[in-house]
Amino acid sequence: MTKFILWLPLALFALLVAVVASGVVQPKDTAIHSQMVDKTLPQFALDPMVNGKPGLSSADYGKGGPRLLNVFASWCLPCIAEAPQLIALEQRGVPIDAIAVRDDPADVRKFLARNGDPYARIGDDARADVQLALGSSGVPETFVIGADGHIVAQHIGAIRPEDIPEIMHLLEKAQ
Amino acid sequence: MIAEAGLAALWLAGALALLQLVLTILALAQDRPELRAAIRPVAVVQGLLTALAMLALILVFARSDMSVLLVAENSHSMKPFLYKVAGAWGNHEGSMLLWVTILGIAGAAVAWFERRLDERTLIATLGAQAAIALGFFAFLLIASNPFARLDPPAAEGRGLNPLLQDPGLAFHPPTLYVGYVGLSVAFSFAVGALITRNVGPAFARAVRPWILGAWIFLTLGITAGSYWAYYELGWGGWWFWDPVENASLMPWLAATALLHSVSVLATRDGLRAWTVMLAVVAFSMSMIGTFLVRSGVLTSVHSFAVDPARGTFILVLLALYIGGALALFGARIGTVRAGNTFDPVSREAGLVVNNLLLSVILGIVLIGTLYPLVAQAFGVKLSVGKPFFDETVGPIALVLMAALAAGPLLRWRRDRLSALRDRMTVPIAVALLSVAGIAVFARGAGVLPTLGLGLAAGLAVASVAPLWRRALRRTPLFTYGMVLAHLGVAVSVAGMAAESAFTQEQLVAVHVGQPVDVGPFVVRLSGVRPTVGDNWSAIEGVLRVSPQDGGPDFTLRPQQRFFSAPPTVTSEAAIKTTLGGQLYTVLGEADGTGRRQLRLWWKPFVTLIWLGGGMIAAGGALSLIGRVRRERKAARREEEMGWA
Amino acid sequence: MKAKHQRLALAMLAVAAVIGAAVLALSALQDQAAFFYAPSDVKRDEIPVGRAVRLGGMVEKGSVVRQKDGVTVHFVVTDGKAEVPVRFTGVTPDLFREGSGVVAEGRFEPDGGFVADNLLAKHDERYMPPQMAGTMHKTGTLKQ
Repeated sequence: MTKFILWLPLALFALLVAVVASGVVQPKDTAIHSQMVDKTLPQFALDPMVNGKPGLSSADYGKGGPRLLNVFASWCLPCIAEAPQLIALEQRGVPIDAIAVRDDPADVRKFLARNGDPYARIGDDARADVQLALGSSGVPETFVIGADGHIVAQHIGAIRPEDIPEIMHLLEKAQ
Repeated sequence: MIAEAGLAALWLAGALALLQLVLTILALAQDRPELRAAIRPVAVVQGLLTALAMLALILVFARSDMSVLLVAENSHSMKPFLYKVAGAWGNHEGSMLLWVTILGIAGAAVAWFERRLDERTLIATLGAQAAIALGFFAFLLIASNPFARLDPPAAEGRGLNPLLQDPGLAFHPPTLYVGYVGLSVAFSFAVGALITRNVGPAFARAVRPWILGAWIFLTLGITAGSYWAYYELGWGGWWFWDPVENASLMPWLAATALLHSVSVLATRDGLRAWTVMLAVVAFSMSMIGTFLVRSGVLTSVHSFAVDPARGTFILVLLALYIGGALALFGARIGTVRAGNTFDPVSREAGLVVNNLLLSVILGIVLIGTLYPLVAQAFGVKLSVGKPFFDETVGPIALVLMAALAAGPLLRWRRDRLSALRDRMTVPIAVALLSVAGIAVFARGAGVLPTLGLGLAAGLAVASVAPLWRRALRRTPLFTYGMVLAHLGVAVSVAGMAAESAFTQEQLVAVHVGQPVDVGPFVVRLSGVRPTVGDNWSAIEGVLRVSPQDGGPDFTLRPQQRFFSAPPTVTSEAAIKTTLGGQLYTVLGEADGTGRRQLRLWWKPFVTLIWLGGGMIAAGGALSLIGRVRRERKAARREEEMGWA
Repeated sequence: MKAKHQRLALAMLAVAAVIGAAVLALSALQDQAAFFYAPSDVKRDEIPVGRAVRLGGMVEKGSVVRQKDGVTVHFVVTDGKAEVPVRFTGVTPDLFREGSGVVAEGRFEPDGGFVADNLLAKHDERYMPPQMAGTMHKTGTLKQ
């Protein structure tokens, strides 16, 4: 009896490890997917964020080809990480617009000077209203907008080099 | 350069931990004095190196070196200096480094100061400490390098979570960590004693100051953390049963039980196996709690990234250490001679009751904290919160208080029930009178709070009773420590019960000048105006408060603060403390019709909660000083007798 | 009493305490654990009236209505498939907006409405690319 009790703590601990291990091996999907995918872009009109570059409104879409809409902020580090990929996409001729979320013009200018500027237009979303309207809940996020003004896809998190083929494929599909 | 120096110090310290472990194994296997002699210095140098690494991290934070990834991630050049420094441990990597640093310094302190324990047990203890350190060095260097560079450097840092920009942050986590890691020493001592089968009063006396020290810091850390959450989060509550809070409470419960059982072992040589078990459990709870939260397996207010690789690493470490210690316990403790026996009515029996109740509470908190994880494994999403813990822990805590009142009035080894009854007459009478008084004069206070207040009154009387008719000047310091700590429990519980029974809350939208009654005050909003600080701007409500008893008016200024990096809004409560309690005010939003939301609480005697916590810690400090002094005296006497 | 017997008795006591704690905790969890519901779960399952639960979803556009008292707000939580009307009295969190994610803690009423005691606005500040996750962590969701 006593023998058995002495090993009981170890048995209980093994149980605990099993419980925690189950939590570790099945990580939660914490990304919040937009409800707006496959729907028409919501109506919005944002003022220019920096001098010399136009602002962004929903009227800019639905004419011409598909475009990328990048949600970013100068205070966001993964945005720095994805900057080279955005530049590469721009060099391949992909038009990219941006929404700067809860940001300051001076900070955005500095960000663009350091990390390059792949954007055709940058809208100033000071209260993150348009970001929320798009169903985006974090930065960075990138939306693929089809030639007809529909939201074709949402990419959550920074664009990594290996994501580029997928994005090019989505853009072709959105013609 | 500083970052690289810090990293180098870490690698060197890790290598020394490995060396220390190998030396220990060799020294225990073969009888070679030169091996034994090398272990102490290695432990001391290892402690110094970890301290150097921590210093390096603090330096790069203080200099806002944005080429260090961690700094760019968590700091900002505009931040006030204090928070730049505190930012060094306000994140995962930095707090892990702090953990390792305290571990290293604790190991060095054991090697430096511990002279009375037999050498083999001490060496085994240092070996166990090295094994723990080694795992965490590996975790830091492989999975959470705090000195990683960012190339190219960031122009500006991302800032620190504004909730953490508070003097509370500067001291709260380090205090708790000293407590958590201090328990690692108890763990290592237990492992060392199991290896050499030397569990007895000498072991208890060696480990007791460490437990006391760790426990004091845990008590302070929890008390400070509770007050910090109370005024910083603006919810008006002082304990939320959040997983992070539970993570600090669980080791405290285990350490409190351990503190009491180790005194049975030191004084009467009883409860040998149980004390060793508790020493293992106490540090296990520190690790389990910290890492459950750190690995992001449990979600909470203080939530961190879910990173399976890191979580797995930590889990393997935990399984190795705790599983290893428990296996050693199962294999060895049967061969340790049983300690002394005692009667069912005795101080020892009282302490056993204390330990059992604390263990039950610990078990409940652990199950409640982990239950969402179990449910998630079965595909059910749920959360366990305040209602569960209040309902289960509350009643047991009251029983524990009754035991706490009676325990110190019992004699060691054997006592009579009738004698206890005589000694308890006055406290019981006080408790009953208080309950009756509250039931009559403050109806509707609720059953649990009424019982809590009554028990607190009885406990207050019972806890000073051990000083009754004693020569006060010859009473040892640690007895005063015990009295003060137990009195602190009574004070704290009285605060909790009063807060839950008598709090008044007002949630209103008001025009400027419109009076609101809350408790003994009338509050008027006299205006709302903008204001700025170092790295925030704010909307400030100016509240003119008039006491209803005609005292002088005063002004409170609750704020809604806007931080720019990262963009966040926080509520800054404004609090007025009076002798009778606290007026707690929070500014809400404008409602669009020219009114402002105000949330006002009158919380009678709420400050007693933290005052009690402080008293408990101070009592612990008195005991620690008393015990260390007595040990010194005993050591000196031994030396003199050796010469004679 | 012999040392050996006392040892066994104490060990049994400890085991009894562990079992007691487990039984007590699990029985209380039956009543007190707050389950997480999405609006479409509510349609599918029976409504757990009067039990503490969490309701999560998006705040529907155009549904936020503030009451005359200035502190009560009505809104609709949706997950795209179903909707639940919610009433909340208190100071709404900063990130509580139409179209944003929300978790409401509270209880269902018999009529299918939901009374929230507490609102948690969901908003992740940023995302981590997996490669960088080893060296960084998320400050994460702020709830207030």
